[in-house]
Amino acid sequence: MIGGALALAAGAALFAIAVGAVLPVRQRVVWVGLFTALCAGAGGVAAAAVLAGGNTFTADFPDLFPLGGVRIEFDALSAIFVLATAVVAVPAAIYGIGYSARGPSSRPAQVAWPLLVWGVMMVPAAGNVTGLIAFWELMALSSFVLVLAEHHHNPEARTAAQWYASMTHLSLLTIVLALAVLAHQAGGDSFTAIRAGTDHIGPTTATVVFLLSLVGFGAKAGVAPLHVWLPRAHPEAPSHVSALMSGAMVALGVYGLIRVGWDLLGGGPTWWGATVLAVGLVSAMFGILHALISSDLKRLLAYSTTENMGLVFIGVGAAGMFASSGNQPLASVALAASMLLVVNHAAFKGLLFLGAGSILSATGTRDLDRLGGLARRMPVTAATFAVGSLAIAALPPLNGFVSEWLLLQSLVHSLPSNAAVVAVAMPVAVAVVALTGGLAAATFVKAFGTTFLALPRTVEADQAHESPRTMQIGLIALAGVCVALALAPTALAAPLQRVSLAVGGLADGRPIHTNGVYLQLSGIEAGLSPLLLATGLAVMMVAVLVVVRRGRLRRTVRDIPAWGCGRTVQTARMEYTATSFAEPLQRVFDDVLHPEIDIDVDHRTESRHYVQAIRYRMHIRDGFEHRLYLPVLSVVRRWGDGARRVQNGSIHRYLAYSLITLIVVLVVSR
Amino acid sequence: MSPTGIAVAVLQVVLSIASAPFLVGMMRLIRARLEGRVGAPIRQPWRDLRKLFRKERMVSTNTSIVFSLAPLVLLASAALVAGIVPFLSTTSALDQVGDLFAVVYLLLLGTVFLSLAGLDAGTAFGGMGSSREMTIAAIAEPTLLVAIFALSVSTGSSNLGAIVADTLAHPSRAASPASMLAFSALAVVTIAETGRIPVDNPSTHLELTMIHEAMILEYSGPDLALVELAAHLRLVVFLGLLANLFFPWGIATTAQPLHLVAAAGAVAVKLIVLAAVIAVIEVFIAKVRLFRVPELLAASFVLAFLAVTVSFFLV
Repeated sequence: MIGGALALAAGAALFAIAVGAVLPVRQRVVWVGLFTALCAGAGGVAAAAVLAGGNTFTADFPDLFPLGGVRIEFDALSAIFVLATAVVAVPAAIYGIGYSARGPSSRPAQVAWPLLVWGVMMVPAAGNVTGLIAFWELMALSSFVLVLAEHHHNPEARTAAQWYASMTHLSLLTIVLALAVLAHQAGGDSFTAIRAGTDHIGPTTATVVFLLSLVGFGAKAGVAPLHVWLPRAHPEAPSHVSALMSGAMVALGVYGLIRVGWDLLGGGPTWWGATVLAVGLVSAMFGILHALISSDLKRLLAYSTTENMGLVFIGVGAAGMFASSGNQPLASVALAASMLLVVNHAAFKGLLFLGAGSILSATGTRDLDRLGGLARRMPVTAATFAVGSLAIAALPPLNGFVSEWLLLQSLVHSLPSNAAVVAVAMPVAVAVVALTGGLAAATFVKAFGTTFLALPRTVEADQAHESPRTMQIGLIALAGVCVALALAPTALAAPLQRVSLAVGGLADGRPIHTNGVYLQLSGIEAGLSPLLLATGLAVMMVAVLVVVRRGRLRRTVRDIPAWGCGRTVQTARMEYTATSFAEPLQRVFDDVLHPEIDIDVDHRTESRHYVQAIRYRMHIRDGFEHRLYLPVLSVVRRWGDGARRVQNGSIHRYLAYSLITLIVVLVVSR
Repeated sequence: MSPTGIAVAVLQVVLSIASAPFLVGMMRLIRARLEGRVGAPIRQPWRDLRKLFRKERMVSTNTSIVFSLAPLVLLASAALVAGIVPFLSTTSALDQVGDLFAVVYLLLLGTVFLSLAGLDAGTAFGGMGSSREMTIAAIAEPTLLVAIFALSVSTGSSNLGAIVADTLAHPSRAASPASMLAFSALAVVTIAETGRIPVDNPSTHLELTMIHEAMILEYSGPDLALVELAAHLRLVVFLGLLANLFFPWGIATTAQPLHLVAAAGAVAVKLIVLAAVIAVIEVFIAKVRLFRVPELLAASFVLAFLAVTVSFFLV
C-alpha cells in the first residue's frame, strides 16, 4: 500500500513532467496541475498510512547513482512532513491550473513545478545520506527555476533568485559537510547504519555535525539570521509555488535538524536545545516585527514564515532541553506542539499565499496601500483569507490556536526546575511567544483590513473580480483543512505519538491523550476542547443573533453614509493605510527597527505658511542584511576586484603565468 | 459535562451580563460624586442600552459583513469567557473546555473583530482607533501570558478551576511574593485591556485621544448597544478574574443552590470593591500619552517576569 502510493506519486510526477515538456500551453497547464495534484495526493495517502499504522516502509535502489544508491525509509517523522506537504500541495496544484493560465505557463516553469512537489515530498522519505542530498538538490534547483519563472516582466525576481541560489548552496554545502562527516565517522551511508554507529562518534565531532546542520537546515528553514533569501524569493515566485515553498519546503529545515540532531545523533547536551531555542526566539520576534511593518502582502507573509519557523524552533529547542534534562514526557509534548504547528502552518500559510495570489492576479498589485474594499468584489477570496488570518494569529477556535496552546503548555510546565537556564529561558520564551501572538494579530488585522475592508484605494482594486473556479477550489479546500484541523486536532493525537517515538533522542510515550473531544497532555493537568470551544462560541453568537436581530445577520438595515465628522464627502484617501495602521507599533519598536524617515515639505510660493505638498518616505532595512551580509559581500566584491587585476584577459600575461607556474613546480619538485 | 455544570455556566453568563451595566453605573456614580457632581443613577447604563436596542439599525454603505458580525463575536467571546471563569463555582462545565490561555485568546478574538470593524467603514477615526487598540493589545499580551505562567507554576496547571482550588487549599500562597507580583501585573493589564484611565478614557469626547471610542464611532443603535454591553461584560470578566484567581474565598466548590447564592454575594462584594478602587484612582490620575502606555505595560511585564522567576531564585 505505502510502496504503491509512493510509486504512484513518482509515476504521476514523471508523467506531469513529460506532459509539461510536450503539450501545447493550454492543455499543458491543466494536465500538469492535475498530475501534480495526483502526485501530492498519493504521497499524502502514503503518509497517512504510515501515521495510522505506525510501521516504517523501506525500499532500496542500490544502483541508482554511480557512487551510491538511494534508500527510502518512510517512518512517522518523515510521514508528518510529507502529510504537511500534501496538505498544501494538492490544493496549490489545482489552484495552479487557473493561476498559470494567466501567468507562469512556460515549459521550464511547468516542468519544474511537479519536480519541486515530488522533491519536497521525497526529501523526508530518503533513508540514506546520498538520497537525502539528491532530493534536497532536486528541490533546490526546481524551486530556483520557479523563482525565476516570471523574471521577464519582473526584474526583482532576478535579484531574488541570486540571493536564493547563494543561500541555498551555502545550505547545501554545510549539509553535505555535516552528513559526510557523520557518515564517515559512523561507518555507513544509510540512516540505520549511522544510528548503529553513533557510539563511535566523539562529542566534538557530534557538536561539529550538529552546528553544521543547524546552519544548513536553518538556512532552509529561513530562521534569522539566515532568512535573507526568504522575503525576496517567496514574493517573486508564482503564488502557488510560494504557497508550497512557504508552507512545506521551509519546514524541511526543521525536519533535517530533528533527523540529524535528535534522531541520527541521538540528542546532545542541554545547550544544543538552548541554541535552537535562542535561534527560534530571535527569528520569531524579528520575523513578526518585519511582517508587521511590511506593506507588500507577499513579503509580509514571507516574514511571517520566518516567525512561524521561529516558533517551531522554539518547540524543538525546548524539546531538546527537556530531553537532555531527563524530562521525556514534556519533551514529547513540546515536539508534538512543533509538529502540529508544522502541519497547521502548511495549511494556513498555503491558504494565505494562494489568497495573495488571487488578489495579485485580480488587481495586479501586492501593495496593501493600493488595495481595499475587496471583500465585496472577491467574496470567496475574502472569506478564505479571513479563515487563514484568524488561524495564523492563533485565535480560537481555529487551528493555529491549538498548536500555540500546546507550545505554551509545554513551556509553562517546565517549572519548577532545578536549572537556572530553564528558569530564565522559559519565561522569556513564553513572553516572546505571547508578543509574537499579539503582533501577529495586529499584522493580520492590518493585512485583512486594508485589503478587503473599507473603500478601494485604486482603480485596479475597484475593478477587481473574483478569481477563476480552479483557484477558488484551492482556496476553499485549504480553508476546509484549517477548519478540520481546528475542530478535530484530536485525530492527530495518535500520529503525534508515533512521531515522538520515531525520534530516538526524545522518545517517550503519548504526548496527547484524547477521548475525541478533549485534549489532555501527559503529565500535565490541563485540558482544552477546541470542538466545544467552537460550539460554545457558535451557540453564544446564535443566541445574541436571535435575541437582538431576530435571527437575521443584516436585519432592518437602513444604509447610510459613514459619519465624516461634518465632512459630506468621504474618499479613500482619508482611510487609514497599512503603513499608518502599523505606525504606532513601529514607533514602539523604533530601537529595534531603525526606520529611515524622510519628510519633504514644499511651500507655496506666495507664503511660507501655506504648505503645497508633503512627501513622506520611510524605509526600513533588514538589520541582519545590513550589518551582517553587506559587509561580507563588500569584502567578497573587493576580493573579486583584486582578482580582476590579475586576470585582465591578456594572453601574454596568461602565458607568463604558465611559465612562472612551470618554473615554480620544477623548482619545488626538483 | 454534567447538566448541573452546564446550568452553573449558563447562570454565570446570565448573571454577569445582567450585572455588568450596574457595575459600570456604580463606577460612574462614584466618579461623579468624587468630582462634586450629582451623577446619573446606577441604572443609567441599563437605560441607555434599552434605548439603543429599540432604535433602528443603521449601517454605513461602505461596510462589509465584518461590520455586522463584529458585535456578535465580541459579545459571544466575552460571554463564553464569563462561562469559563469560575465566578460562582469551580464546577462550571466549561472549566475543562478552556484554560486561562484560552480565555486570553478568546478575549483577543473579540478585540481583533472589533478592530476589523473599525477599519471597515473606511473613516480615519475608525482606523486610528483600531490601530491603537491592536497596539495596546499586542503589547499587553506578554504580561498576560507570563502572569498566567506565574500562577500555574505553583499549581502545576493553567486550568482556572485547578488554580482556584489550589489557592483555597493553600491560603498562604495568596500572600506569596509570586502571587502578589502576578496580581499587580494583571491589575495593570486589566486597566489597559478594559480601556480605563490612565490608558484610555471611556468618557472622552475628543476623537484624537480616543482608542476604544474611536474604533466604534460608526456603530449606532442596537449594534452600539451590543458593543457597549460587551465592553461592560469584559470589565466584569477581567475584574472577576483578578478577584477569584487571587482571593477565591466565598466561591462554591459544589453546585448546590444555597452555595451558589452565597458565592454570588461574595463575588458581587469583590467586584464592587475592585470597581470602586479603580473609580477612585481614576479621579486622581490623568490619562497618559499614547506612547507612554508601552512604558506602563513594560513595567507590568517586569512584574510578571519577576513573579515567575522569584519562586526559583528566592528558594
